[in-house]
Amino acid sequence: MAAETDFETGVDTRVAPALDPDADPALAAAADSAEDSAEDVGIDTLTGWGRTAPTHARVIRPRTYEEAAAAVRACGARGSIARGLGRAYGDAAQNAGGSVLDMTALARIRAVDAEAGLVVCDAGVSLHHLMEVLLPLGWFVPVTPGTRYVTVGGAVGADIHGKNHHVSGSFSRHVVSLDLLTADGHVHTVAPGTPLFDATAGGMGLTGVILSVTLRLLPVETSLMSVDTERATDLDDLMARLTAGDHRHRYSVAWIDLLARGASTGRAVLTRGDHAPYDALPVRARRARRSPLAFRPGQLPSPPAYVPEGLLGRTTVGLFNELWYRKAPRRSTGRLQRLSSFFHPLDGVPHWNRVYGRGGFVQYQFVVGHGQEETLRRVVRRIATRGCPSFLAVLKRFGEADPGWLSFPMPGWTLALDIPASLSGLGAFLDELDEEVVAAGGRVYLAKDSRLRPELLAAMYPRLADFRELRAALDPHAVFVSDLARRLGL
Amino acid sequence: MKDAFGAPQSLLVLGGTSEIGLATARRLIARRTRTVWLAGRPSPGLTAAAASLRALGADVHTVPFDALDTASHEERLGKIFAEGDVDTVLLAFGVLGDQVRDESDPLAAVRVAQTNYTGAVSAGLVCAQALQTQGHGSLVVLSSVAGERARRANFIYGSSKAGLDAFAQGLGDAMHGTGVHVMVVRPGFVRTRMTAGREEAPLATTPEAVATAIELGLRRRSETVWVPGALRVVMSALRHVPRPLFRRLPV
Repeated sequence: MAAETDFETGVDTRVAPALDPDADPALAAAADSAEDSAEDVGIDTLTGWGRTAPTHARVIRPRTYEEAAAAVRACGARGSIARGLGRAYGDAAQNAGGSVLDMTALARIRAVDAEAGLVVCDAGVSLHHLMEVLLPLGWFVPVTPGTRYVTVGGAVGADIHGKNHHVSGSFSRHVVSLDLLTADGHVHTVAPGTPLFDATAGGMGLTGVILSVTLRLLPVETSLMSVDTERATDLDDLMARLTAGDHRHRYSVAWIDLLARGASTGRAVLTRGDHAPYDALPVRARRARRSPLAFRPGQLPSPPAYVPEGLLGRTTVGLFNELWYRKAPRRSTGRLQRLSSFFHPLDGVPHWNRVYGRGGFVQYQFVVGHGQEETLRRVVRRIATRGCPSFLAVLKRFGEADPGWLSFPMPGWTLALDIPASLSGLGAFLDELDEEVVAAGGRVYLAKDSRLRPELLAAMYPRLADFRELRAALDPHAVFVSDLARRLGL
Repeated sequence: MKDAFGAPQSLLVLGGTSEIGLATARRLIARRTRTVWLAGRPSPGLTAAAASLRALGADVHTVPFDALDTASHEERLGKIFAEGDVDTVLLAFGVLGDQVRDESDPLAAVRVAQTNYTGAVSAGLVCAQALQTQGHGSLVVLSSVAGERARRANFIYGSSKAGLDAFAQGLGDAMHGTGVHVMVVRPGFVRTRMTAGREEAPLATTPEAVATAIELGLRRRSETVWVPGALRVVMSALRHVPRPLFRRLPV
């Protein structure tokens, strides 16, 4: 690597392999010694971002790889699971009665190769931190979801996707290698194309604890986006526009009004963008031209800790959706926008998940393949008819499927929506949608799931049997287990 | 594990022939419940109850359990928890007794008290401990409006439920912050075998209605559930009625 900089100390360092995979006995000894025990944060009630189904676990915060290994060894009968910034909506990073490894203290960017566009970082590094460090060097993360407050480890574990899936695929496609702490206490350096990698990418942390990741980056000239916006009058119009124009842009997503009924069912606002080249900056924008790579995310105050339930009902959300649709330009091209407002508008409001009140909310995201448009139409119609108050619904056209055995994306259409969990009859309604999705050969996204019927899992994820087999061999005593794994029998 | 809507995958019913218990089991099986443990005294009734739930597609086990035999609770219930997580425990056993007879038969009265209160204290503590170890789960305790204020007509039963209710509330507070959720359910007059032939009280309800309320309470993680809901208001008024007047009320 060309330039290797330790960003915590600011001193150039060589990257030493943090843990020698072959030095296992030493590691075991380290694990048993008291000085290496990780910070015990105490027993805590945890939920996912949706704030449903709280469970209790011992939270341990390892600061080094050795501490992580020690914590895994000491986890006890109810096992352990890694947790990042808690952005999975459901119970993926909870482990009732067991231990949860809070990975956010393992947050060092170990090395950056600014020539080749590679970064080596700990699993607990957030995409936000990566952007802060990498953007000024002219590099951007290859895939970002709707929030930059996810860790790199979580991004691999859920094999996240972004608005560029049709071009770039999922996050794990850009991973050059990763270090994985497995149940036997070994640390494996895992390369793409191996079964262990494919089980780990999208494996929801159940193959082991990801300790560090080497990631290939995307070069950018500015920290601004050049954005095209257009309105689609209904679902068919939207699908036609997405099909026709997606290949012209790196990023594409549609906000969809799921409360609109009748002729305007599925009306939407399409936003598509690309990283703005330096030449595209207007001459008048002196500040932008002077520091084209500055990263300046804005931040608004967070909602209060207590928000009454039912604030986001059909009326308020309907009103919001109407305004949101009307405020969007019918057609605009080349508008410059900050990265943060293009990719992560919700990150501007810390704890935005509180707006749903104590009852929390459910995210429902599914994908159906090309040729299954009829299913998508039917589902959208059903949601609209039922009047699910959802103001953050998005439709995206996925590209090629990703190699992870439990990776979510497949070529086709994905719809994501959030619904207050207190909506009556919601559980049964979503079960009905599941049936439609399964019948169409689709699947729901595990990182967002908090309610799937376990019987449907194998039909949704054909590689599930391989995953279970590998897990049984790698982790026979189920050291790595989560509430999600227990609930769905992963 | 429970899902986002509080629907459990496994259920333990203490008092496996309880009509409210079985109505709740049926309702939860229609959602996510696949494993049901029916704990009760071995009887044809218990076997039949298990068969009726099996017909709905659940994996049903019966466990010998006697509320009065508190010495055996830890071992009997411990075995169930050793088999796997129990997401929801429904403490549904209880006897109504015969007030008129029991007033002149203290031993029979004590049996009501021991079943409804002592037995529940023992089983409740054993289950709460096990739920705490697994880090999640709900303990649903079937109390009664009769425990809210003792009435002349059934104060033996009422006082046992009053004790149970107070115990369950305290247990709920003790479990707060441990991942374990304790929910006290206070139904009014429920039309069941237990109450057959008795004069119906106002706001009478059915086992199915109680089951619906329990399912909703699990979703909301409620601490207290009244069935029907109007009883909350009625009882809060009755609680403050002066004794001389309360005595004369035809309830």
